[in-house]
Amino acid sequence: MADEAVSVHDLCESHFCKNPVIEELETDFLIVGGGMAACGAAYEAKRWAGDDVRILLCDKAALDRSGAVAQGLSAINTYLGEQSPSDYVRMVANDLMGIVRDDLIYDVGRHVDDSVKLFEEWGLPVWKQPGDEGKSLRDGGQPVRSGKWQIMINGESYKPIVAEAAKKALGMDNIIERCFIVKLLLDEAEDNRIAGAVGFSVRENKIYIIRANAIMIACGGAVNIFRPRSTGEGMGRAWYPVWNAGSTYAMATQVGAELTMMENRFVPARFKDGYGPVGAWFLLFKSKALNAYGENYMVKNAEMLKDYPPYGLSAVPATCLRNHLMMHEMRNGFGPIYMDTPTALAELSKTMDEKQIKHLEAEAWEDFLDMCIGQAGLWAGMNIKPEESPSELMPTEPYLLGSHSGCCGIWTGGPADLAPEEWQVKDNGVTYNRMTTVMGLFTAGDGVGASGHKFSSGSHAEGRMAGKNAVKWCKNHADFKPTITVDKEQLAAEIYLPFKNYEDHKDFTTDPYINPHYIRPRMLMFRLNKIMDEYVGGVATWYITSAKMMERGLELLTMLKEDSMKMGAKDLHDLLRCWENYHRIWTAEAHLRHIYHRQETRYPGFFYRADFPQLDEQNWKVFVNSRFDPKTGDWQCFNREHKDLVSKG
Amino acid sequence: MPTFVMTEKCDGCKGQDKTACMYICPHDLMKLDLSMSKALNQEPDNCWECYSCVKICPQQAIEARAYADIVPLGGQVIPMRSSDSIMWTIKFRSGETKRFKFPIRTTAEGSIDPYGGLPEPGSIDDECFFTEAGESLPATY
Repeated sequence: MADEAVSVHDLCESHFCKNPVIEELETDFLIVGGGMAACGAAYEAKRWAGDDVRILLCDKAALDRSGAVAQGLSAINTYLGEQSPSDYVRMVANDLMGIVRDDLIYDVGRHVDDSVKLFEEWGLPVWKQPGDEGKSLRDGGQPVRSGKWQIMINGESYKPIVAEAAKKALGMDNIIERCFIVKLLLDEAEDNRIAGAVGFSVRENKIYIIRANAIMIACGGAVNIFRPRSTGEGMGRAWYPVWNAGSTYAMATQVGAELTMMENRFVPARFKDGYGPVGAWFLLFKSKALNAYGENYMVKNAEMLKDYPPYGLSAVPATCLRNHLMMHEMRNGFGPIYMDTPTALAELSKTMDEKQIKHLEAEAWEDFLDMCIGQAGLWAGMNIKPEESPSELMPTEPYLLGSHSGCCGIWTGGPADLAPEEWQVKDNGVTYNRMTTVMGLFTAGDGVGASGHKFSSGSHAEGRMAGKNAVKWCKNHADFKPTITVDKEQLAAEIYLPFKNYEDHKDFTTDPYINPHYIRPRMLMFRLNKIMDEYVGGVATWYITSAKMMERGLELLTMLKEDSMKMGAKDLHDLLRCWENYHRIWTAEAHLRHIYHRQETRYPGFFYRADFPQLDEQNWKVFVNSRFDPKTGDWQCFNREHKDLVSKG
Repeated sequence: MPTFVMTEKCDGCKGQDKTACMYICPHDLMKLDLSMSKALNQEPDNCWECYSCVKICPQQAIEARAYADIVPLGGQVIPMRSSDSIMWTIKFRSGETKRFKFPIRTTAEGSIDPYGGLPEPGSIDDECFFTEAGESLPATY
């Protein structure tokens, strides 16, 4: 975090931070993260690794309940079945307004079902069509589809099941839980080559310095970059997991990995405040969203879609455009918007007997209870029964992610048999799928940019691709010895700097929470949230920004980044928050710089450039990429040519 | 819906090898207060309501109260998770109650044999997963 040379012996005398144990570890393949992608990587990599390649996984939480699937899920959103990978690419490309990597998406499409079949074999209950109960997916059992690509599951234990397979594969001796990796290290002998990572234990007074031949970072997307709509206790009820702090993007950026489409964001339209899922309501229960006067705003405003050919004209218009039409209603006084659950359920129950209606009611509740229990709590507290009262819908605060209906992330190489030459990342003539532009550094899930709609299953499958390729990297570079000469005590001091800031000054004031010498991580996050919300198109401005707004935003962000060196932590929990927020700042800056560079409004309904309000296919159907140069500190945005590999006609 | 720990029920997991809620919380919220040997949610406004701590607590000492800045008081959602199913009790503000039971797993916990019966890996240089060894993957757009 800091450049200043502080020895660890200068650190505070608090029991938390004096003389931390510095544990130096060596492995071949380091997996950073514990969610679906990381579990997939562990599972696949171990099988290829045999006894030659050592693997270590570090998770800042506990593998059974870490990542975006911690709570469970009620559906698996990517299962192709009989459909072709090319059709899957067409759907994803349209939903993300055309600028995606067809090679990466096709690759997910051709592999993803294998992961889903494994989940079922491991014990995940998958709903089946009548007559196919008891017949596995692998044996041709037909799943219950809620939509073209989605299948329904009883998914409360989805993550513990997937984690169990990863743990068994790797062995708990090769997994460190509650170890938060906060920084990657480049090799000092070889240019642009990963060599290690540093982090700390959230449970004991210990710093980890880990040398590795290959690393995969998959620590999810970014939440609480923008000010959330709920700023009291409900702040925790983020749509995406509140512990996703942008660590994937920040750590990759800092070592010079090329980013792609960091201007993309996701603003889900969800049940208001509880952020419960709407997919099953729209797709399975055939519910309609209406304005306050009972009008279907998608029909009423259909003309607006014609401004965005071809993305607005397909059978299912792009997600951002559906938001765009909803927001138009809200801004013009036709809100609140409601999900008309009573009509949908009444319609479905027309042909049902009493028992089937009971079952339908249970399905409606399970949708929340499996993956968004808070929404069920909201219904309970507000006396909402879906068969009786409609529920409000609302666009949330913006989120940054690469696996759901968003595609920001890191630029990676594609597979040799699918990717054009310029989209492959090679070393010594060998192509490494899902490797970033930093040699030996891989990513998956939310980390891989320009390739959305992977969801849980696709993230697992992509983790497996990265895992296999990382092992291939280790085998092909078996003689590599990481060169990291930086003083280990200096690294430790850098990680523990927030402790020093706090301990050095806390007695200056009667209340350690108010002190001119440091900023508490909580307030730092609020400052970030305010800047992003007000200047970079958050909910405060109805997602509108402009060059001038962003220029001012960057000035404020730069001062915030300076002040991040003065974060103060009183204990290990605080230190975790400090580093999460530091990662949030870097992610936020990438987002700002990319939006600033893209002089058009590519994603109306996610954000608007007031100074460039139109979609500009002529000039901007390109990837916006960027690179932070770790040597000079310079951060450049540039265009990369886009091409359609799958015909989109 | 931030979780809370009921004083009388929490025993700090003193008979266990670890404090269950503290072990499982994905966001490091649950903390064992050493002075009272009981757990608490140290940052309720960072609680995602994932219920991981509620489900794992061996004493059923943890419940959740809906976010006070959003939801009227009086509702409650209580899970009872076993190894193969989960029973949910929904209490409405009005006092009405509903119960739902769902399966969660078709195999015994801990029974996964990750590579059992699966093929040996094929070539590390192709694009196949080890489970797809020898298959020819689709590669035409």
